[in-house]
Amino acid sequence: MELYGLFLFAVGFLTMAMIYAVGSLGVNINWGFTGLFNVGVAGFFAVGAYSSAVLTAPESVNHIGGFGLPVPVGILAAMVLAALVAWPIGRICLRLRSDYLAIATIGIAEILRLSFRNYQPLGGGPFGVNNIPRPFESLPGPWDQIAFLLLVVAIVGVILFLVQRAWAAPWGRVLRAIRENEDAAEAAGKNVEKFRLQAFILGSALMGLFGALMAHYVKIISPEGTEPLLVTFLPWVMLIVGGAGNNKGAVLGAILVWGLWTMTELLTGRLPDEWALRVGYLRIFLIGLLLQVVLQKFPGGLLPERPPTVPRD
Amino acid sequence: MGSDLLRANGMTGGYGGADILKGVDLAVEAGEIVAIIGPNGAGKSTAMKAVFGLVRLREGEIRFRGEDIGACQPDELVRKGMAYVPQERSIFPSLTVHENLEMGAFIRRDDFSHVIDLVYNLFPPLKDKRRQQAGELSGGQRQMVAFGRALMTEPALLLLDEPTAGLSPVYMREIFERVIAVNETGVGILMVEQNARQALKIAHRGYVLATGENIFTDSGDALLANPEVAESFLGGHGNQADRGGTHA
Amino acid sequence: MIDFVNQYLIPALVLGGIYALGAIGVSMIYAILRFAHFAHGDLMATGAYIGLLVVWVLDATPLAELSVNVRLLIGLPAAFAGTAAVAILIDRLFYRPFRRARSMIVVVIASFGVALMLRSLVQLFFGVDVINYADGIQFPLKMFQPLRILERHIYIVVVTIALMLILHWFLTRTRTGKAMRAMSDDADLARVSGIDTERVVIWTWILGAGLVAVAGVFLGMDTRLVPTMGWDLLLPVFAAAILGGLGQPYGAIAGGLIIGAMEELSTYPWVGDGPLVPPDYKTAVAFAVMVLMLIFRPRGIFRGRVL
Repeated sequence: MELYGLFLFAVGFLTMAMIYAVGSLGVNINWGFTGLFNVGVAGFFAVGAYSSAVLTAPESVNHIGGFGLPVPVGILAAMVLAALVAWPIGRICLRLRSDYLAIATIGIAEILRLSFRNYQPLGGGPFGVNNIPRPFESLPGPWDQIAFLLLVVAIVGVILFLVQRAWAAPWGRVLRAIRENEDAAEAAGKNVEKFRLQAFILGSALMGLFGALMAHYVKIISPEGTEPLLVTFLPWVMLIVGGAGNNKGAVLGAILVWGLWTMTELLTGRLPDEWALRVGYLRIFLIGLLLQVVLQKFPGGLLPERPPTVPRD
Repeated sequence: MGSDLLRANGMTGGYGGADILKGVDLAVEAGEIVAIIGPNGAGKSTAMKAVFGLVRLREGEIRFRGEDIGACQPDELVRKGMAYVPQERSIFPSLTVHENLEMGAFIRRDDFSHVIDLVYNLFPPLKDKRRQQAGELSGGQRQMVAFGRALMTEPALLLLDEPTAGLSPVYMREIFERVIAVNETGVGILMVEQNARQALKIAHRGYVLATGENIFTDSGDALLANPEVAESFLGGHGNQADRGGTHA
Repeated sequence: MIDFVNQYLIPALVLGGIYALGAIGVSMIYAILRFAHFAHGDLMATGAYIGLLVVWVLDATPLAELSVNVRLLIGLPAAFAGTAAVAILIDRLFYRPFRRARSMIVVVIASFGVALMLRSLVQLFFGVDVINYADGIQFPLKMFQPLRILERHIYIVVVTIALMLILHWFLTRTRTGKAMRAMSDDADLARVSGIDTERVVIWTWILGAGLVAVAGVFLGMDTRLVPTMGWDLLLPVFAAAILGGLGQPYGAIAGGLIIGAMEELSTYPWVGDGPLVPPDYKTAVAFAVMVLMLIFRPRGIFRGRVL
């Protein structure tokens, strides 16, 4: 029994880590590949999570739909909608440099979250969307969990394969060139803005997928679930810890940081309730501290990017 | 002439990549005007920045008034009696002319009003504009502010990086006149110049650098008279002489 | 008309002043240290909670007789100094190691981490629930009839104006203040001129963090305390700083007042009966202004810096 519980725990842990890996890979395409400082992950996450949720959940009085469509349709729509939202934002904001893009993407994310919270038809307002279907949930015993984990692992595997190919391809080389020296890339005849926009949209679509997978896994999405701390900051820390620019690093970082997050939860879980809640916040502090240590002592992360690089702007 | 103010031997180094300076020697004696000329990319500005502690050297020794200053930060050098006017953006545009001068005297805790008067005497146009933002002034006047700011510590050695870059010939002449005037108050001057011919005319001595090495060292007049220097570094003779050679 | 003044104009002025106090720091830090300080909102929260501590401490003294607002005014210096000290410590530990880095974006990432660390400490010590400095309703003073001005609004406006005058005096009359403006113009030139740039940096934190701490106390006085209050303020404060032109402290003040006014006045029923913008979406107003600025005038109305 003890062992079985541990097994289930491990399956749940890995599932979350892999879902986060999708977000971390999305951040990597933006920041690691192209140097785009997108800190509005929560916004694209929310778009993906809510659109897949509303499309696949059973009908509800709380919000439009749900439409009860098949999950793959919802997930695909999540990516497309996140990309569609990213497109105008990219057109407007990508001309701005790093810090400005950061504040602009934070703003977009806040406004999207604000809309989901306050405009009930969109996503149930404070109630959120419930009863979101999870693939394989009709399977018996642990197999529902295992099958979902395998699905997520497969998705991460496919993304990893495709993104790695793109990275090695001329497209990836151009992105690197833009990141290292935009002017030189421009002088070499590359349409810098177009490439940046492509990378921005692609990364945002992955963030939408990240949201959709999370929604299907936890079966509910509400405004609290799109808290920037959880869905913007954690994927960022995962990427920095794993190694910005390195896709495998993004996945490794997701596993390690989610491991740290979960372990601290186990520890604080043993404290009396009143304290557990408060000390729980210490782990946010710890994650923040981890980020600082990695930035200062391991600037390239645990798996630094392969090709020789200079610090990015 | 008098004793050594500055003596730099075998300066070798750069900005982390390949060496830009490959064993450059420089010296300024008290009361001298020394000009560094040479083609683009010769390492002229880099040599000057190395003297002011802005480029870390791998090898070489720099002595200022006999003291080894190889490890000194710029603010320490200012306290020791050196001042530096960078090539571009050498004023604080949103500060008034007067405040710019005060910032030059930041390290001074004593009363420096007499130095401000001295600067206003040296550059009369500044006195009328002392309450104006320096960014609103013309190019030549900005250069005067930059100059004045550097003089506020009453330095023994003034480093000027291309003081006439981008100025019209009228202002160029004016600035060179001020360089002479400042020098006559006893300040040693080391300047990097693209307007090589004019610079050598007012310099006591000159250094010709190319590809990070000393090529010629002589008195200003001797360098002007040297046909090899004239051919390669002063753009031959005649009217384009002002540009300084770039085809060496 | 008088309702408009009471219900919209005075709150607009108060909110604008609070934003301005925050935007000054963002603007100065950007100009002097060359990075967008995303932990600035959480420094504001830090100040607000130090104010709460002062209220609690004074509860145990004879000063407990005084109204909460007056006790908070007494606590302002503590909030100012305490937050400044926290900011200097943070700078030492987490920002200074990158001071000579070629790219400052890594410091921006570090400041995100700092923001969450500060917030988590607030949550650890004060819990996550909404706290009010004082319970109960405050009644407006009657002395300016028919204007109905809350006592706390008078304090906020008067102290904010006083602080801005002091700031102006500091920046234009003191050696350190002038050096601060010089460094914000050109940090490299300040260094070669012999200006002690690390000292200027410390003063930048003292001013930036101290002023935003006061803003935090005021915001708490006017609304309530909640650990995420800093994050919620980040957007309007940055919008104000960008609007005013980064590196322009006076621009930041103007930007704060404009953003505050636009947010409050956007809820006025200009057209028809309902508010023009539903109050829930007030934040979007600041954001819209900021995006328009970034597109059409990235240097702000007072010609600040761009990266």
